[in-house]
Amino acid sequence: MRAVPIKSLSVHLVLIIGAIVLMIPFFWMIITSLKTSSEALLIPPTLLPENWQFSNYINVWKESNFVQYYLNTFIVMAVRTGGQFFLCSMAAFAISTMRFPGKNIIFVMMLSVMMFPPQIVMIPVYALMNQINWLDTYYVLTVPMMAGAFGVFLLRQFFLSIPRDLYEAARIDGCSFPRIYWSIYMPLSIPALVSLSIFVILGSWNDFLWPLVMTSSPDMMVLSVAIASFAGEFMTDYPSMMAAALMSVIPLILIYLFFQRYFIEGIALTGVKG
Amino acid sequence: MKDGSQQRTPIITDKHKEVIWAYVLTLPAFLILLMFHIGPALSSFWYSLTKWNGLTAPEFVGFANFMALMKDGEFLHSVWNTILFVLGAVPLQVILATIFAVLLNMGLKGTGFYRTIYFLPVVTMLIAVGSIFRWLYNSEYGLINYLLGLLHLPQPQWLTDPGLLLFSIIIAEVWHRMGYNLVILLAGLQSIPRSLYEAADIDGASIIQKFFNVTLPLLSPSLFFVIVISLINSFQVFDLIFVMVGEHPSLLNETQSIVYKIYEEGFKFYNMGYAAAQSVVLFLMIFGVTLLQLYYQKKWVHYQ
Repeated sequence: MRAVPIKSLSVHLVLIIGAIVLMIPFFWMIITSLKTSSEALLIPPTLLPENWQFSNYINVWKESNFVQYYLNTFIVMAVRTGGQFFLCSMAAFAISTMRFPGKNIIFVMMLSVMMFPPQIVMIPVYALMNQINWLDTYYVLTVPMMAGAFGVFLLRQFFLSIPRDLYEAARIDGCSFPRIYWSIYMPLSIPALVSLSIFVILGSWNDFLWPLVMTSSPDMMVLSVAIASFAGEFMTDYPSMMAAALMSVIPLILIYLFFQRYFIEGIALTGVKG
Repeated sequence: MKDGSQQRTPIITDKHKEVIWAYVLTLPAFLILLMFHIGPALSSFWYSLTKWNGLTAPEFVGFANFMALMKDGEFLHSVWNTILFVLGAVPLQVILATIFAVLLNMGLKGTGFYRTIYFLPVVTMLIAVGSIFRWLYNSEYGLINYLLGLLHLPQPQWLTDPGLLLFSIIIAEVWHRMGYNLVILLAGLQSIPRSLYEAADIDGASIIQKFFNVTLPLLSPSLFFVIVISLINSFQVFDLIFVMVGEHPSLLNETQSIVYKIYEEGFKFYNMGYAAAQSVVLFLMIFGVTLLQLYYQKKWVHYQ
């Protein structure tokens, strides 16, 4: 009879070790960010800061333009997410329910985008953006990502699972197409829409190479680019570097902790429907 | 003739309305994908056949870029590094995610709590992950070597030993990505009907037998998805190399990936044609591997 608790105890042990290993980098980032730069280099390291240097954060805040980075990152994230929310769902609705010439070609062309790594489009897009003077603007960071093949695909799969009878009945009642889209399909697809939004938010938050290449002025910096340039600048000033890193990861971590059910179920759904 | 047209049904019929609305709804997304994804991707194939600095008109040079790539030691090295990175990072993150997903699926107390923690690195910006690990890996003052020293283990030069650097980057990548795979695999595990395990229990199957004969086959669609996504993602490794190695140009040779080469050639040296050729090679590699997987999935992926 005692075998069961011992078994679950050993599972807990493995899970706890895993959790600790995953948490150590966070813990060490926070601890280091509150030390003086000389204390950070002590051997053996102190487990807790001797005197808590909250001033590290103030210095980083003063020396850089974090307000602007936050603003840029959130604007880019919001526009991309909003764009995909509406544009992908509109396209997916038409493709999954309506009849129109060229539908299959359009859908296949959209899907083909999933095959291309973003790096293959980067060079021609850079040249294009240069021509239309969109480099180093919000446009270049947002417009190309306001639609996505994955989003269209995911939502189409979801829309196809909605009973066709609903659509037919609404048509017979004289319901217009946009109405069916907005009042029937969208409310019934909230899990998929959440899933897509989380997917886009994560991608946008992590995006680095695109803003690195497409923007150049400090005013257009997003957090990832800013942190990368700190990492070069602060080289050995580890407390400042960790303070900057913490400031850049904390917003999304907080959002995640508040809405974690949506994050986890959303990502899980991309696996089921993708 | 005018009379004839008047007798027709309304010019815009329901069918027309359907077509018009369908285009109105589809075109915004389609135009964005066409202008900024499909078109550019196709034109990359054209640019890969040119010598081009991004400003003046591209000059057609045939397959000269690809010929040069085959002799470009740095590029070949970056292909090799990318392959090594994929071979290290993908199995490690998929196997670890599978193990932890199975453990989390045992229905113990606190599962939700563990899941919250395991997913936390996923929402942590990769560039920040790189700078945190750079500090952890510091050979003199870093936490990892301090802990290894306590255990009287060797304290390697994580970020300056060329033989180890790629491995160090793989660890950071796995730390960041495991939770993503775990969440998808856990959802796959939870969709396996309990009754199958009960049937296996009646047949007297051991835990190991149940894992290989029930869990693994039924998890295979999720596993397949996770492997495909991880592979595509790993082939594009860039961010971690940029923060963790970028400051040591002498070491870049040992670790730089294909994407890093594309970035350097295209956006530092403005050899856009040459960089386009490199991006075509990257595309072909990802495309080839994905096709292989689609082909081989019949042999091991079981869709219900």
